[in-house]
Amino acid sequence: MSAAMTSTDTPLLTVEHLTMRFGGLVANNDVSFEARAGEITALIGPNGAGKTTLFNCVTGFYTPTVGRLTLRHADGREFLLERMAGYRIAQQAGVARTFQNIRLFGGMSVLENLIVAQHNKLMDASGFAIAGLLGLPGYRAAEREALELAKYWLERVRLTEFADWEAGNLPYGAQRRLEIARAMCTEPVLLCLDEPAAGLNPRESAELAEILTFIRDTRTPGGHRMGVLLIEHDMSVVMRISDHVVVLDYGRKIADGDPSSVRNDPAVIRAYLGEDEDSELPPEVAADLPAAAVDPAAPVQKGA
Amino acid sequence: MTMPSHTASAAVPTNRAVDWPGTLRDAGLAAFVALLLTLPLVGLRTIDRPTGLGIEARPDEVIASIVLVFLGRLGLGLIRQNLALPVLVLALACAGVGLVLPMPTQVLRLVLVAGGGIIALRAAITLTTGRSKLSQAERDRRMDRVAVQVQHATRYIAPVAIIGAAILPLTPIADRQILDIGILLLTYIMLGWGLNIVVGLAGLLDLGYVAFYAVGAYSYALLAHYFGLSFWVCLPLAGLLAALSGVLLGFPVLRLRGDYFAIVTLGFGEIIRIILVNWYQFTGGPNGISGIPRPSFFGIADFTRTPSEGMAAFHELFGLEFSSLHRIVFLYYLILALALVVNLFTLRVRKLPLGRAWEALREDEIASASLGINRTNMKLAAFAIAAMFGGFAGSFFATRQGFISPESFTFIESAIILAIVVLGGMGSQIGVVVATLLVIGLPEAFRELADYRMLAFGMGMVVIMLWRPRGLLAHRDPTILLHGGRKPQAQNAGAAR
Amino acid sequence: MDYFVQQLINGLSLGAIYGLIAIGYTMVYGIIGMINFAHGEIYMIGAFVALITFLAIGALGITWVPLALLLMLAASMLFTSVYGWTVERIAYRPLRSSPRLAPLISAIGMSIFLQNYMQILQGARSKPLQPILPGNLTLMDGAVSVSYVRLATIVLTLLLMVGFTILINRTSLGRAQRACEQDKKMAGLLGVNVDRIISLTFVMGAALAAVAGMMVLLIYGVIDFYIGFLAGVKSFTAAVLGGVGSLPGAMLGGVVIGLIEAFWSGYVGSEWKDVATFTLLVLVLIFRPTGLLGRPEIEKV
Repeated sequence: MSAAMTSTDTPLLTVEHLTMRFGGLVANNDVSFEARAGEITALIGPNGAGKTTLFNCVTGFYTPTVGRLTLRHADGREFLLERMAGYRIAQQAGVARTFQNIRLFGGMSVLENLIVAQHNKLMDASGFAIAGLLGLPGYRAAEREALELAKYWLERVRLTEFADWEAGNLPYGAQRRLEIARAMCTEPVLLCLDEPAAGLNPRESAELAEILTFIRDTRTPGGHRMGVLLIEHDMSVVMRISDHVVVLDYGRKIADGDPSSVRNDPAVIRAYLGEDEDSELPPEVAADLPAAAVDPAAPVQKGA
Repeated sequence: MTMPSHTASAAVPTNRAVDWPGTLRDAGLAAFVALLLTLPLVGLRTIDRPTGLGIEARPDEVIASIVLVFLGRLGLGLIRQNLALPVLVLALACAGVGLVLPMPTQVLRLVLVAGGGIIALRAAITLTTGRSKLSQAERDRRMDRVAVQVQHATRYIAPVAIIGAAILPLTPIADRQILDIGILLLTYIMLGWGLNIVVGLAGLLDLGYVAFYAVGAYSYALLAHYFGLSFWVCLPLAGLLAALSGVLLGFPVLRLRGDYFAIVTLGFGEIIRIILVNWYQFTGGPNGISGIPRPSFFGIADFTRTPSEGMAAFHELFGLEFSSLHRIVFLYYLILALALVVNLFTLRVRKLPLGRAWEALREDEIASASLGINRTNMKLAAFAIAAMFGGFAGSFFATRQGFISPESFTFIESAIILAIVVLGGMGSQIGVVVATLLVIGLPEAFRELADYRMLAFGMGMVVIMLWRPRGLLAHRDPTILLHGGRKPQAQNAGAAR
Repeated sequence: MDYFVQQLINGLSLGAIYGLIAIGYTMVYGIIGMINFAHGEIYMIGAFVALITFLAIGALGITWVPLALLLMLAASMLFTSVYGWTVERIAYRPLRSSPRLAPLISAIGMSIFLQNYMQILQGARSKPLQPILPGNLTLMDGAVSVSYVRLATIVLTLLLMVGFTILINRTSLGRAQRACEQDKKMAGLLGVNVDRIISLTFVMGAALAAVAGMMVLLIYGVIDFYIGFLAGVKSFTAAVLGGVGSLPGAMLGGVVIGLIEAFWSGYVGSEWKDVATFTLLVLVLIFRPTGLLGRPEIEKV
């Protein structure tokens, strides 16, 4: 297990001095943090804090104005994500993602969604369609394997019986799960989830948390652990499952640490509750806060 | 996920008196619009006189159209108000009069029969279902059911149709005219299937497909003209050149989104046509190229009575009586084979990662990129492959006609091919065949109405889009099933995108 | 230099015509996001209505030129607007919530229909017309002569642009139109009759295209049922060049295309001028898809 040990010692993803500007608008300003394999790193912050922009930089949809994004595989290969074309980040660096407003291939079946996710593997096996057109055995074996992986994830997200449905006809919660399964079918080393719990009811949220912890403990084909980067508003989910929390506000990083320390961070409380730190909190707000937030001295229990 | 129940009673106000003033006002407004539309263009005709342009008034036609529009609108209005039965009778009478009595013009007859028929149909629907018309969603669902049935029946229809097409030239009805129409239909079916790869699978609206058809045709014509190459050498070369031009044209524009892409492909189609017209030293300009060599029997035998040097005569080789029909039959089989190759390719590629990536791109480009799909390469492949098939069809066209000119490659050709794909239902292989029969076959059958051919074609495109925006037989079966032969759940069928 | 000025004025008047048509494209695209492929045909109808009006009033014995021109303008704007309205009502409105390709296909069908409708009604031969407004204005000691028609085109276009800008920016109708362009659903919730505004957009676009059609008839003195296709594609290019959705952009794009065409014909040769336009369209779309005055669009993820 030495490989697994080293992978937790060196970070999987290192974000250094990331700045992203759109014209005059600064969406991310000099953000640096690390995400490790075998951990769930949550990215939180008020609306408009620049979380999704940061995500789009990591997954190659935007090219950052300034900054360095390094992804280190357990075998020592390094990828400078800011220099890679969008699709190569998924294809070569092994970063998969989901979207805030679900983006499935709505007209294709659930199973097809999962097979499309294994495109590059299958494309190689089919010799850019030529071997596939001829029906060579090498491609057929690859397709069987792809089907097995798809079935495995269908089972994990409990969608096996819906496999032949059109993805667009699934209920909302099932669509969320399918999107995660589709991302996992690319066999990533880093999974980026953009508000996966949005719109889910408490039961579905709990189920999601279970799937995410399962994914955190999943091994990549090389036997290494993978990392999860998560944007989430639902604090109960964040506090329950994340190992590491990064807080953004107005494009800057204002806190970084384990959930309990972040929860007690005065800067975080300010960001969520307003600027005025001298005034007394209104009683009804104070009552809603965890005890620790009001009284920094009070003991905190992790995973409350 | 529940099927919406039929809200029949809500749509028709039962037990309400007929709102005569309102209905009349509505019909009057429609008639007024008809007056404004017809007054300048129908009522006044320019005529060429030796002294210059003259003008002629046709008040009767304006009045006729106003009256017809008024009555039609009135009829539709009354159907909704419990008077469907009288309207049905009157509309049928109208259609009958149009059919039987002598009419001053054919157009009037057509309008009477068609208009009366449509209104009668509406009235009949109202009488049987209690609603004046089906809602868009319901119509869609009904057509979906038809599409699913046709799709599943294709398994049995297709072999029959292919065998039928294959033995057609051997039957006694196969005269020159029938075979020519068959070749024409098969050419468009092949072009439709080729364009279907780009439009139906990859979801790229290509308005300039005829450019590749032209590249194929001119490649063969010019290679034969300047280098004396034979058809069988040129066919693959033409495909290759068309594919190459597809890559060259496609590379810069493939990142454009939907309708911009459409307009740029239209621009490219026109550029190629203008080059063909203007570069007359090389392409023969507007006069085109004539004397394009006919194909030989796979380079072994000629279809002439006296074959050229080193060739056998086809009829002697097979010990047949000489007939000029032999070449036509051969061309027929050639285009049938080419079309089937395109079809086979599409059916196979849909089950391969390449085809699935195309469909994924059609559904959602951004999600595709997030899965590591190289958008540009995939689209280029679609573009190049479709262009190659277009090139094959083009060189077939050149060798069949023996003469080509830029006239054959105008935008309207692109529009016809696109109409075949879209009307048939995007991505549906059988849809292309059905639409070709409608779009090419029907006008061929009614040659005497040649003047109204394109008019009806344009109107048909609009009407079919209004009736079913996704195309007549649009239906998609998954390319891989987990639960074997079991049919996808009922909810699947009604999915609208 | 003389030749240059001559081509400049030719280009400006041609550009004004493209600009007038382009406004129709840009407004429709702005409000319902579709390429109104039949708009070129609307312009062709405008030209025909103007021609027929001229012949009709000639037959009625009206010979005073200013009155004839005014009647032509009014008739062509009125009747063409009705065509614009009808096309929207029949072919586009029922498809508003359909897949993106459906309205475009319907528009292509409409375009084919209108072309053949005109061909059947008025004949396929091109229609010549003797000059109504003959005469030239000579400039630079007679070295440059500018026909009054071309000058009138430029002036009329400027007037229309001013009026139109006021209409869009100052009136409540214009405000409602701009609101629908931003967000149809919200505008509808706030009490704007969205269907009506969309209809009006088509009517306004058609009226401007009718003016363009009439000016083409006056300048070139010959029209046929097929003029709409090429003019339509070029004007669409103008709209894209200026930035789809931007009214000044459409005019600017039209002028740029008119100038390119005039100078290309003047200095290179008229055979290749269409290739120049189409190449420009491709280049603009590739390198600056937002056009000269369009707002940049970030791919939303």
